[in-house]
Amino acid sequence: MRIIAVCGSGIGTSAILKLNAERALGRLGLSAVVDASDLESVAVAASDAQVVLTSTELAGAVRAALGRNHAEIIEVVNYFDVDEIGGKLEASLG
Amino acid sequence: MTTPSLPDVAVHLGAHVDDWRQAVREAGRALARSGSTRAEYTDRMIAVIEEFGAYVVVAPGLALAHARPGPDVLREGLSVVTLAAPVEFGHPHNDPVSVVIGLAVANAEEHVASVARLANVFNDEQVIARIAGAASADEVRQLLGMGRSDESEHRS
Repeated sequence: MRIIAVCGSGIGTSAILKLNAERALGRLGLSAVVDASDLESVAVAASDAQVVLTSTELAGAVRAALGRNHAEIIEVVNYFDVDEIGGKLEASLG
Repeated sequence: MTTPSLPDVAVHLGAHVDDWRQAVREAGRALARSGSTRAEYTDRMIAVIEEFGAYVVVAPGLALAHARPGPDVLREGLSVVTLAAPVEFGHPHNDPVSVVIGLAVANAEEHVASVARLANVFNDEQVIARIAGAASADEVRQLLGMGRSDESEHRS
């Protein structure tokens, strides 16, 4: 399973999202590869991903960038809230 | 691994700003003062928010201002600005912002360690309020688990 964490520039925020998604997956006992990406390259990065994590703010742009890719987009409000990220991943993957 | 540093000049407590642009500008000034960036980097941090929206408000009350690596980044750095009065960035859930962290990285690979440190610190949800109310740069450094001087870090 592959998950992509996306932000506008591909550094900073997406890296935090990646780290905390990995933490959340660990707590849930799920295994997945999480990679960070910027908006520009998300279509390629997510070509074989099941889930794309991003902020509510960027969700529209991510959806447009993904086009017909079927990865599910999960919107995260608090990038540091491992419980929120875990709950949303569990609902999506479980 | 060296202890990351946050010099006094990279910390601005109780900044008076009217809007998010000024808030980000203060974070950029603090980065430039510490020798991490040139002034142009500040404009690029603002441009990121203008282009992509307020997603840099990554948690309630906290904005992580940053832009891509570029020639205006002299070395990796962090700045912390607390606001005298919180401002709106336009985020649907996490406004208003009382703490702005400026982040500059020289390349996309090397920043993982500093971001991991931030993630560790801010996974404690109390920390943002504590930094917002910090009375000294020492207090901010303590909350972030950072040292003051960067001299030892760049000796080699």
